[in-house]
This record gives sequence, structure tokens and C-alpha cells, in this order.
Amino acid sequence: MTIGRKEVEHIATLARLSLSEEEKTTLEKDLNAILGYVEKLGALDTEGVEPTSHALDITNAFREDELIPFEEREKVLANAPARHEAFFQVPPISEGISST
Amino acid sequence: MSYPEYHTIKDLSEALKKGEVSSVEVTKQYLERIESLDDKVKAYLHVDADAALREAREADDVIRRGEATPLTGIPLGIKDVLCVEGIPNTCGSKILQNYIPPYSATVIEKLRREHVVILGKLNMDEFAMGSSTENSRFQVTRNPWDLERIPGGSSGGSAAAVAGALCAGALGTDTGGSIRQPASLCGIVGMKPTYGTVSRFGLVAFASSLDQIGPMTRSVEDAALLLNVITGHDPKDSTSVPREYPDYTEGLEGGLQGLRVGIPKEYFIEGIDPEVEAHVKKAIQAMKDAGAEIVDISLPHTEYAIATYYIIATAEASSNLARYDGVRYGYRDKSAASLRDMYEKTRSEGFGTEVKRRIMLGTYVLSAGYYDAYYRKGQQVRTLIREDFKKAFEVCDVIATPTSPTPAFKIGEKTDDPLQMYLSDIFTISVNLAGLPGISVPCGWTKDNLPIGLQLIGNLFGEQAILRAARGYEQIFPAADRYPEIVGEN
Repeated sequence: MTIGRKEVEHIATLARLSLSEEEKTTLEKDLNAILGYVEKLGALDTEGVEPTSHALDITNAFREDELIPFEEREKVLANAPARHEAFFQVPPISEGISST
Repeated sequence: MSYPEYHTIKDLSEALKKGEVSSVEVTKQYLERIESLDDKVKAYLHVDADAALREAREADDVIRRGEATPLTGIPLGIKDVLCVEGIPNTCGSKILQNYIPPYSATVIEKLRREHVVILGKLNMDEFAMGSSTENSRFQVTRNPWDLERIPGGSSGGSAAAVAGALCAGALGTDTGGSIRQPASLCGIVGMKPTYGTVSRFGLVAFASSLDQIGPMTRSVEDAALLLNVITGHDPKDSTSVPREYPDYTEGLEGGLQGLRVGIPKEYFIEGIDPEVEAHVKKAIQAMKDAGAEIVDISLPHTEYAIATYYIIATAEASSNLARYDGVRYGYRDKSAASLRDMYEKTRSEGFGTEVKRRIMLGTYVLSAGYYDAYYRKGQQVRTLIREDFKKAFEVCDVIATPTSPTPAFKIGEKTDDPLQMYLSDIFTISVNLAGLPGISVPCGWTKDNLPIGLQLIGNLFGEQAILRAARGYEQIFPAADRYPEIVGEN
């Protein structure tokens, strides 16, 4: 499988990246080289092999649902690029709506 | 600047307890060495001298009260991917440039309880994606053994700092070899514990099913001492394993007699540097001479490990890195007119080339229509790789291999070819896919005076076996007191 320019643009949209034309060219080349290398897995017969998502055989880890208050709200908000009182502030969700 | 008086954490700890030296004095020595040497090595992204000296004074009080533990007063460096409350945490990325964590990672909390001294945060490839530390958005760390060469990666800052005596020990993280490979290239000890042994809470995630925190030190015993503190079950990490964690210094001196050491034929391949091969084979012979039993084994799916890794790790990364959206912390493009535009501009400017490449690859292998061909296939091959090891450990206690196929390469040598860079992790990656513990110990220096590492791989929770083997080998080839020339200069 090879991927073309249009596919690179589609993946970038899914990943919320806006790429320059130069980046698209490089990525198209790099992704095809890496995917070409990954193709070697196709040679392996994996019929009936269970997939591993996790190296250890542990399943859900449960604990009591206890309330642990977090007192450092200001420290969290201090990292915000923009804030309004105790909220994170962002640009309008769609263009044409003004922020207050 | 001169060579450190105490080469290991263990020796320094004993000197502190005896009152031969104070933590404040030692901390000042490390800070002075950072001041004079780190302009060249560039291991640290952030040094907080005032905080370090304050912690050292507190540690001295604890020592005076007779309450010292083996790590009390020991100056350590921390990879910049582990959150330390109040100190910037960048992950080597512009997208986290101004991020100050409001909390500390579990491993940091555990170290704090022992009253260690934290000197600062160490450089790394952006989001731990790389094998040379050249992907840091801030600076290129140099290998103290040859400043024209890379220190390995992604924990390159940690490895260079330990090798260059810029800290007594460090924490790194290892997703595909990021502790062991730089440890090998810098001539120190680096250990990745079994997945689930060390809590990942407060470790900024790259590939959650592979990431693990571990010690980077000058001796095997030091690695065990750090491991004793950082391991343990943590309810804040759902993949942390609830079990009894041993004292890792116990049995360390068990020696090599009767230890079954497996040698996988797939790890001595064409393309491996002849000096690396010669030194690793010599190390294996030395273990045999000391009483170890050498067993030929096969790990037949080794050649598929890198391909498998670059599907699984990038898929997990693309999902983990979706959180960097410019809303709650870190960098934000302020010119954007809409939320969507803000996401895209923030991420495009905030992430570097390699991170974008991996997000793109990971997004692709998870996308509709390709999931089965890539992601599911990768997970199935991961099972085959796990089974290879399971079978191998029926006939041996530890597996010995080279850590890296080459010694440290030149800065810029592999930056234009991502695939070539990926191949430098060929001997370390399977261990993460299988969740196993692995350690790299120095086993030789090339004619050009570049370090070479021997990797010892253990079965799940087989830390004690590889520590014993590594310690046994270290007695044959001690390297804790070997420093690069620049440490002793001026």
C-alpha cells in the first residue's frame, strides 16, 4: 500500500495538523518508506493469533470510588494560555460568533 | 574541575552517613560541575540550584538525626518527562514550553520521602521520540565521551549527565530502548523494569502499553537501590501491578555460577559493528569462564519487532498526544480566529518534525480501513514476539545481547533518514513489546574510546536475575570509576 498527497492531507485533518506544502512532500516520502518497511509483517501468518494490547495478563483494576479533594485549582489555571475567572478561555467555536 | 571522590550512590551514601562529607558540599560540587561542564554537554534543560541546596540542607538534618536511608542527600537528575511540582516540565517540546506541573509524579513523591536532592530536569528527544536526543526542540545533548557524537536517546540528557558526573544518578524512561540504548552509548548502567513495576502516574505518556520508568546509574547496585524506592503498586496507575516487591539488593552478589545465559542467534546479525560484536562476545565468554552456562536460543520473530513497534507505539502516541490542543496548558497560537483553527495551528507549530511524523503514522494505522491490516496485525505479531521469549525462558534465566548495534554515531548522521534512526533500537524494542525487564551494563570501549553496552534481558518480574547477572559481570568488568576526559579537565 502506498499513500498519496490526498491521503496525507486527510490524515493531517484527522490529526488536527495543518501542514505546509513542504511538510506534506516530506511526510508523503517518509510515511511511504516506513509503511514499505512495515509491509514485511504481511509475510507472517497470524491466522488465529490473539492480539496483544498489553504485555501483562491483568484486567480491570478496581478501587473504592473515594472523593479526594484537589485544592490546587489556581495552580492548574495558572498554566492556561487564556482564562476567564475559573474557566479556560478559547476562541469562538465557529467563525462569525464573537467571544464575550 | 576534578573527578568525583565517590563514584557510586552507594559509596556517597556511606560517606554521608559517616559524616565524611555533607549533602550540601556534594550538591555544591555537582552544581559547580554543571556550571563548568554543561555548556559543552548540554544535558540539563533546567537547573534549580536554590531548591537543590535547600533540599540538601534538609537531607543533612535527616542524616544528623540518624534517619538516613540509602538515597538521603543524593543529588539526582530527572528526565524532563517526569513531573516535579513547581519545576517546568517540557518533554523537550515547544508545546509544553511554559508548563509547570501542579503535582509530582509518583516516582518523585517516593524519592522525596527519601530526601533526595533534585538538581534539575534532563534533556530528551521531544516526547521521548528518538534515539539520539537530536529531536529535543531546545538543545542537542553531546556524548561526554566525544562531543561530536550523540548520547543516544531518548533519555540522552540523563545518560550524558550520569556519564559526565553531572549528577550521581538519574531517572529515565524507556518505550523502545530509551534508557538502555543511551546508557550503552554513554558507558553507564541503565535499567528498564518489567512493565507495571513502576507507576507511570506523572510520566507524560508516549506509548502507554510500552512506557516504563527506570534508573540510570554508574553501578548495578545503584540501580537496585533506586529500584527499591521507585517500584511498588500505585492506585493512580491502573496498569501498576499489585504484588510483593522484593529488596532488589538481595541476592545481588549471587555470582554467575550456574546461571543459564541464553544467546539468541538473531541478535548477532550482519550490520552489527565489528567492535561491538567482539566486545559483547568477549563479555559472554567472560561470564562463561565465571561459571555461567551458555545456552543457544532462538527468538525467531526478532526481525519483525521494529515494524511492530512503529505501528503500536505510533498508534498509542497519536491518541495520547491528542490532548495537546492549546486549551489548558502549554503553547497556544494566539492568531487563530476559531477553535478548530487554534487546534491546528497550535499543534503544527508546537510539535516538531519527528512527533508530527509519528502522529501521522499512528493516525493512519488506526484509521478506518487500515486498522486490521496494520494495528491488529501489529498486535498479533506482538503476541508472537512475547511467545518467543516465553519459550526461551524455559531453557535460560537471562538473555545476553548487544544493547545497540553500533557505538555512538555522529551528530546529524542519521537525522535525514527516520528509518535508519529507528533501526538503532533493533536490540531493545522487543523487550518493551514483551513487557520484560532489561539492563544495559558497560562491557568495553572501542579503539576510539566509545563505550559499548551488554544487554541482559529477564523474564517477567525477573529483575533480580538480571541484576545478579549484571552485578556478576560488573565484577569482571568494573566501569563505575571510568570517566570521560572532559570531567577531569580544567
